[in-house]
Amino acid sequence: MTQPSKQVKQLDRVIIRFAGDSGDGMQLTGDRFTQESAVFGNDLVTLPNFPAEIRAPQGTLPGVSSFQVHFADHDILTAGDAPDVLVAMNPAALRANLGDLPKGATIIVDTHDFTARNLTKAGYSANPLDGDDLAEFAVHPVDLTGMTVEAVKEFGLSRKDAARAKNMFALGLLSWMYGRPTESTTAFLTKRFAKVPDIRDANITAFKAGWNFGETTEAFVVRYEIKPAPMNAGTYRNITGNLALAYGLIAGGVQSGLPLFLGSYPITPASDILHELSKHKAFGVTTFQAEDEIAGVGAAIGASFAGSLGVTTTSGPGIALKSEAIGLAVMTELPLLVVDVQRGGPSTGLPTKTEQADLLQAMFGRNGEAPVPIIAPQSPGDCFDAALEAARIAITYRTPVMLLSDGYLANGSEPWRIPEVDQLPTIDPAFATHRNHGEGDDAEFWPYERDADTLARPWAIPGTPGLEHRIGGLEKGDGHGNISYDPANHDYMVRTRQAKVDRIADSLPPLAVDDPEGPDGRRARVLVLGWGSTYGPIGAGVRRVRKAGYHVAQAHLRHLNPFPHDLGEVLRRYDKVLVPEMNLGQLSMLLRAKFLVDVVGYNEVRGLPLKAAVLADVIGGLVAEAEGIEVDLTPKENA
Amino acid sequence: MTTDSTADLGLPGLRSGVELVPTLDEGSAPQTGKEFTSDQEVRWCPGCGDYAVLKAVQNFLPDLGLRRENIVFVSGIGCSSRFPYYLDTYGMHSIHGRAPSIATGIATAREDLSVWVVTGDGDALSIGGNHLIHALRRNVNMTILLFNNRIYGLTKGQYSPTSEPGKVTKSTPMGSVDHPFNPVSLALGAEASFVARTIDSDRLHLTSVLSAAAAHRGTSFVEIYQNCPIFNDGAFDAIKSPETKADAIIPLVHGEPIRWSDKALVRDRQGGGVQVVAAAEVADADVLVHDAHAPDPSTAFAISRLTDSGYLNTSPIGIFRQVERATYDDEARAQLETARGAATGDPSQRLAALIGAGDTWTIV
Repeated sequence: MTQPSKQVKQLDRVIIRFAGDSGDGMQLTGDRFTQESAVFGNDLVTLPNFPAEIRAPQGTLPGVSSFQVHFADHDILTAGDAPDVLVAMNPAALRANLGDLPKGATIIVDTHDFTARNLTKAGYSANPLDGDDLAEFAVHPVDLTGMTVEAVKEFGLSRKDAARAKNMFALGLLSWMYGRPTESTTAFLTKRFAKVPDIRDANITAFKAGWNFGETTEAFVVRYEIKPAPMNAGTYRNITGNLALAYGLIAGGVQSGLPLFLGSYPITPASDILHELSKHKAFGVTTFQAEDEIAGVGAAIGASFAGSLGVTTTSGPGIALKSEAIGLAVMTELPLLVVDVQRGGPSTGLPTKTEQADLLQAMFGRNGEAPVPIIAPQSPGDCFDAALEAARIAITYRTPVMLLSDGYLANGSEPWRIPEVDQLPTIDPAFATHRNHGEGDDAEFWPYERDADTLARPWAIPGTPGLEHRIGGLEKGDGHGNISYDPANHDYMVRTRQAKVDRIADSLPPLAVDDPEGPDGRRARVLVLGWGSTYGPIGAGVRRVRKAGYHVAQAHLRHLNPFPHDLGEVLRRYDKVLVPEMNLGQLSMLLRAKFLVDVVGYNEVRGLPLKAAVLADVIGGLVAEAEGIEVDLTPKENA
Repeated sequence: MTTDSTADLGLPGLRSGVELVPTLDEGSAPQTGKEFTSDQEVRWCPGCGDYAVLKAVQNFLPDLGLRRENIVFVSGIGCSSRFPYYLDTYGMHSIHGRAPSIATGIATAREDLSVWVVTGDGDALSIGGNHLIHALRRNVNMTILLFNNRIYGLTKGQYSPTSEPGKVTKSTPMGSVDHPFNPVSLALGAEASFVARTIDSDRLHLTSVLSAAAAHRGTSFVEIYQNCPIFNDGAFDAIKSPETKADAIIPLVHGEPIRWSDKALVRDRQGGGVQVVAAAEVADADVLVHDAHAPDPSTAFAISRLTDSGYLNTSPIGIFRQVERATYDDEARAQLETARGAATGDPSQRLAALIGAGDTWTIV
């Protein structure tokens, strides 16, 4: 379809940010562009960024919503530090995002919304499109709204409804510029607006009009081509962290044969897991929208006692409320999954922004010695595996497990190689069926008689004759499980609960350390260790340092409690260990306390993912220090 | 599975609270109270009203004819919440105020269990007030026994949310300035489908209420006046003492005119509520006939307001309300069944179809 007059440029990667008012449909636009890119075969990573307010005042800076997508012809790890292209639907969107653009970036603005009133709302005293303010960028002023209204006038919509299709016009234009396949978007719009044919046709028409505008106008003379990225064989789909996590929980139910019971109270950014699971009742998934966070976890504990896989999903403030109940699950030793999709804190904090500052809350946020295993996914697609692993630990060891996702993983997306179901691990709930203490007629059921290997106690569910027993939050006597105030017993039980959690490490593989031997046969003296969603930026930063010719090793922790057995040994292998985190050094504190290793923290709490370029500089500095050399990370060629 | 050994609701066609719970095999020996008694030493204070309730429950449970392993008692925190330890059924002594939420999870996950919550005035009405009203609103199939001694016992004698105004306790040396809850009014306000009040020391009445509560499908709320001999002794003397109880107890029996002592209850035509009058001054036809099955809870609420909020000199006792309403757990399970019925393939196949849906592409 390309006209010969248009020039085609090859690029290896592009970062586009769609920005507009909260009501402009930027999340949908970004999501569609992402799906098109996924189907095309690019590797990609996305970063949605939206205000906590549902509809902040129109046209204002707080109301700006954006969606950034980074797509490439090679394996990429982050949503990108700085956009190459900004699509700004109004003056506020331009003003809010301009500071993130590098020199030479392309800006496409909808001139229709650059009215005196909107400029004032955005804090502009003069129209930035008129002066030299944007001289260092390639600016394309386009009347997106006007052209959309014109294109869809045959459908007889109100002007307001007609104008709402402008995001699809913009999507069509960008799809043309980057040679995206359009079928999936047309199919999506057909389905989404099936019940309102006028709106459906207007959106499809606007989408096509945007494409055609790109092709015919002289304003855009260049199209770009980003070849598909080579990926491992398999079938892929694009997936967000929350969706992958919900699927992982369902898989946990299927693979264990247990009904899944979610007790949850809506909270940003975790609610989408509740929404998703509520659709899958056919898998035996019960979703209970509780009256509060405490009732959510309480019902999940009750369901676990009754033989379901109890799950509760929330964010940091919800964990604070659930703490006492999680302690009950520690004491009663019942399987329970606690999902914390972390957001900026403390208190209400930054509900729609990301952070990983709940690690110490997950680790220690309960009264008494109350050890809880902690698992963290490292990318959106990895949320699936992490959820399944959390289910394995919860069921096998009869313990609550904390799963720490975050806002970036929850809403961000990436291509995900769909696993083969028959390759997924199975989990044996191994319910107790017989009395386990003593012989013959004198045999009794002892609810705290433990498995010798895992130290797990038996899980005897109501309805099992002869195993009637009582559990609760009071200290249990070893074995028989009756209330015990005996000092020696308490000391023993506290240590045993800790030992049970520590033993999980026996089931973990050694920590994978990526430390390639350089051409000179040397290995790194600096290790970068992370956890959770920083995997992408750390990996990208590490690559830049290696590309510049330096050595650096990378490892990422899935299990934060207990740590893998060999972690201490790995840490001691390196002269310097850098621990980048979106908090003030929580993993650093744990590592220093446990291993007496003087790790170096790099910490940011800006509500945004770490930037690869910044991390590369930090790593470079540490390499220079460790090796006593000068480090120059200036890209050589094509880096 | 059904059982015919449960109390008759008197309403044909109603589903029983225990109809899905497995019963004893036909011909098997009847259970005894002893079988429901665990090997744990009961550790309430001597003279505590909890003993009487425990004994009544242990002796009543065999009447249900249910399999012991299908009965679950859940409690929160407080003196009464030790209850599950003394019953040889499945049980959980949980955390303060949260028993209704835990029981909701159990009852929703399993239709084949008879679920009981044991709680107190502090546990249910202070720290757990939110869970109580929401359990009642949802009408989850369970029975909540609220032991009301109008004091905090386990923490040694502070006033509770049902203590009378002016009560002098360890935390209120100049007298409490808190206004108390009336648990029955609260339950009716939360649209509970079964609301009753009984007394620890009246074994016969207590057992009849337990029986009706177990038979009711939905959340049965039973307030049990229970004496604390250590911190609030004598709180219920007026309704227990042979000299005064005829005057103090307003007896509620479905279908019966509400009369006691020399008094009767009539409608207050002007105020819209109910009014206590001298029985001699009112025609038989004008005496209010108790209708626990009335769809509108207004009259039941009006009757509940006759309870003294200060020292208890007068209190209506009996089943205030007993109406049929869809239960949360039945409806939730029905949705699961509907969804399951519409699905094809085994779970693994369906999981593969689920995660493999959407816009996909294949790399070879």
